[in-house]
Amino acid sequence: MQLVLGGGGGVKTSSMSTVSGEGNTAMSSEDSSSPDEAELELGLGLSLGGFKAQQTAVKTKYARILTAKDLPSGVSTSSSCTSSSSSTLSRANATAGTKRSADSVSAPNGASSQVVGWPPIRAYRMNSMVNQAKSVATEEYNSVIGKNKNNTAVLDKTNNGSNMNSNNFKVRTSFFVKVNMDGIAIGRKVDLNASGCYEALAQTLEDMFLRPIPTINAMRSSAPEHNLMVDATRCPKLLDGSSEFVLTYEDKEGDWMLVGDVPWGMFLSSVKRLRIMRRSEATGLAPRLQERNGRQRSKLI
Amino acid sequence: MNYFPDEVLEHVFDFVTSSRDRNALSQVCKSWYRIESSSRQKVFIGNCYAISPERVIERFPALKSIALKGKPHFADFNLVPHEWGGFVYPWIEAFARNRVGLEELRLKRMVVSDDSLELLSRSFANFKSLVLVSCEGFTTDGLAAIAANCRCLRELDLQENEVEDHRGHWLSCFHDSHTSLVSLNFACLKGDINLGVLERLVARSPNLRSLRLNRAVPFDTLQKILMQSPNLVDLGVGSYVHDPDSETYDKLVTAIEKCKSVRSLSGFLDVAPHCLPAFHSICPNLTSLNLSYAPGIQGGELTKLIRHCRKLQRLWILDCIGDKGLEVVASTCKDLQELRVFPSDPYIGHAAVTEEGLVAISSGCPKLHSILYFCQQMTNAALITVAKNCPNFIRFRLCILDPTKPDAVTQQPLDEGFGAIVHSCRGLRRLSLTGLLTDQVFLYIGMYAEQLEMLSIAFAGDSDKGMQYVLNGCKRLRKLEIRDSPFGNGALLMDVGKYEAMRSLWMSSCEVTLGGCKTLAKKMPRLNVEIMNENEQTDFIFDDAQKVDKMYLYRTLAGQRKDAPDFVWTL
Repeated sequence: MQLVLGGGGGVKTSSMSTVSGEGNTAMSSEDSSSPDEAELELGLGLSLGGFKAQQTAVKTKYARILTAKDLPSGVSTSSSCTSSSSSTLSRANATAGTKRSADSVSAPNGASSQVVGWPPIRAYRMNSMVNQAKSVATEEYNSVIGKNKNNTAVLDKTNNGSNMNSNNFKVRTSFFVKVNMDGIAIGRKVDLNASGCYEALAQTLEDMFLRPIPTINAMRSSAPEHNLMVDATRCPKLLDGSSEFVLTYEDKEGDWMLVGDVPWGMFLSSVKRLRIMRRSEATGLAPRLQERNGRQRSKLI
Repeated sequence: MNYFPDEVLEHVFDFVTSSRDRNALSQVCKSWYRIESSSRQKVFIGNCYAISPERVIERFPALKSIALKGKPHFADFNLVPHEWGGFVYPWIEAFARNRVGLEELRLKRMVVSDDSLELLSRSFANFKSLVLVSCEGFTTDGLAAIAANCRCLRELDLQENEVEDHRGHWLSCFHDSHTSLVSLNFACLKGDINLGVLERLVARSPNLRSLRLNRAVPFDTLQKILMQSPNLVDLGVGSYVHDPDSETYDKLVTAIEKCKSVRSLSGFLDVAPHCLPAFHSICPNLTSLNLSYAPGIQGGELTKLIRHCRKLQRLWILDCIGDKGLEVVASTCKDLQELRVFPSDPYIGHAAVTEEGLVAISSGCPKLHSILYFCQQMTNAALITVAKNCPNFIRFRLCILDPTKPDAVTQQPLDEGFGAIVHSCRGLRRLSLTGLLTDQVFLYIGMYAEQLEMLSIAFAGDSDKGMQYVLNGCKRLRKLEIRDSPFGNGALLMDVGKYEAMRSLWMSSCEVTLGGCKTLAKKMPRLNVEIMNENEQTDFIFDDAQKVDKMYLYRTLAGQRKDAPDFVWTL
């Protein structure tokens, strides 16, 4: 089974994931091709001081809604499922390792150049990291959820077999899917490849839909969906059964499924779009959630 | 000493094993040279193009064990074009032709073809040990030949090689009568393995002490293997995903508890962190732990594991451990000598550790002597503190992901911080620098880094003076590699004789011109000055003022090499 990466990143629009208050930058690496000012994307402002003034445009456009192209490109989202060390990130300059020079190689997705041979990590290790980012989430998920399911470990062996471009710098492609939440008229898009695992996806979605961002208040006058966000449940844990909402997805066959049952890799290959559904509507799914609540687990689906 | 017969001297020399010491012995006088050379069994060649295999065989007729290095270090980072060279075949062919009694071969950054492995396997009846590090060019077919034909093989150690995997049949090529395996490491292989064959191989290898599995080896097999090999000293776990509530898991826990000899643990290429407590029983004995390929182990599970490892001397981890996690290491691992912290997501240009983690480690682990640290930022104050806490550094490699980043607090260059390191660590042999750095740091290095042998520079310095300080000051310098720094002909040509006292010099994206390189090559006939030009510029040859993209020069007794590809031009 080959991982279908959404057609190799063909689903690119310039929307953004949010940034949590701690500065855990989960940003889309996609730039829209043309700098079309008229386009009103649902972008969210960040603490602008965190970025170098590579884009002078940022300074003049602080009053408007920012989109992905206003922020430093070439910063791909983290596949790491940790948010525990994000305190260091807020202090640090959130600059990507992008440095200048004639040696720059353009990333295939149009993001700005990355320097050849930097950071100085052995090519073998780099390649492993790319391959592992996909399968690690599968195992992490399995370990937490799959206790009573007697599923033997599903190893995404095809990933391991595919020797991706062993000698060249390889930048990860994106896989954006739509996300809609009940009660909110305007949907969002989230990069599943940026999440890398269910936990990160849940966190991203929680940040997107359930947590109002202070900077937005300062920067945007009013928007109906924003008010709704504030009014929405304050519960920070979207997907562990304690929230009023459940996360579901539509698969290739058109069925709506609860997110989290299958290994991450399998999920990626069958998901078409996501929906954050009110629990009351997700009838028939409740028993499983109750079962999950009985187990000690952190914020996972 | 002249009155001792040769056999006595030889016997005395037998106690001298390190290559360096033996080299020193051989320079004392002619008879010592003769005796030493005729008795030396183990040879280390740092640059396979520095000498011809024939010459090595001629000088060391008793040769049994050889280590060879091929490509320059920056080849690890894709800075050396793919077809540059470093072929092992001519060496094996020469050894075979001259009937060298080869028993051990250790290669690093070389191109190893299946033909080479086949020839190797057929030519040396007593061949015992093959170690390949960061090599490429071979497939599992070559490994099959080794398995089938090297009946005395004790060690097959494959570290971080790019191997084309034709699936798992190579393991089956070990004969049923092959019972001498001591060490087997195939963690870097990507393909499937015949698990039954593996289990039987382990079962008939009573001397097996080191086993590193690849990702295709699942939990069940691990459990069975450990049951059979309680005497393992070094274990690399392949896939470690299972249901902690199952019977197999319980069996594994039992098996692990019996493995009282395990001192080194690595792998966990796929991992279910909840199953890690099974290993807690052997953690207190561990001296080496490598979790740098296990991004699945993070946060609480990681620190829980580390808290059990009080005797750790070597630790390789990913930066997702964070500064806080490093504090745990600092308070737990008092015997720590070597630490490597790799970025878990290099593409994002973001590391999860900062100067704080490094300072914590330095204050908690006074025995630390080797460090490789990828981090988000650094400060002079931190480096000065580290230098004070750990004056025993031998290897200090710091990599800030943004290579020209200044002191995160003062925005100053990091000259003073690194200066403190070289000033305090008198025994420093290897140094890699990053961050905003001016010529000043090189002044310090030239002044204080008296034992420095290898220096890696990237995006640093202001002028030729920087490089000149280093060449002038570091008397023991052997390898110098520089990229993207403003050093030009003035520095290159300042002391051309120095390069014969060094193994090699690499300069890429610097200011040296073709003319400068030509001048150097002309003055120093015993250096190979290689220019690499991948851009198909035919005019290149005629324009001396043209800047050279990549230059690699090295001393050699073998003259210009004959296997250089088109884009490599030896001046």
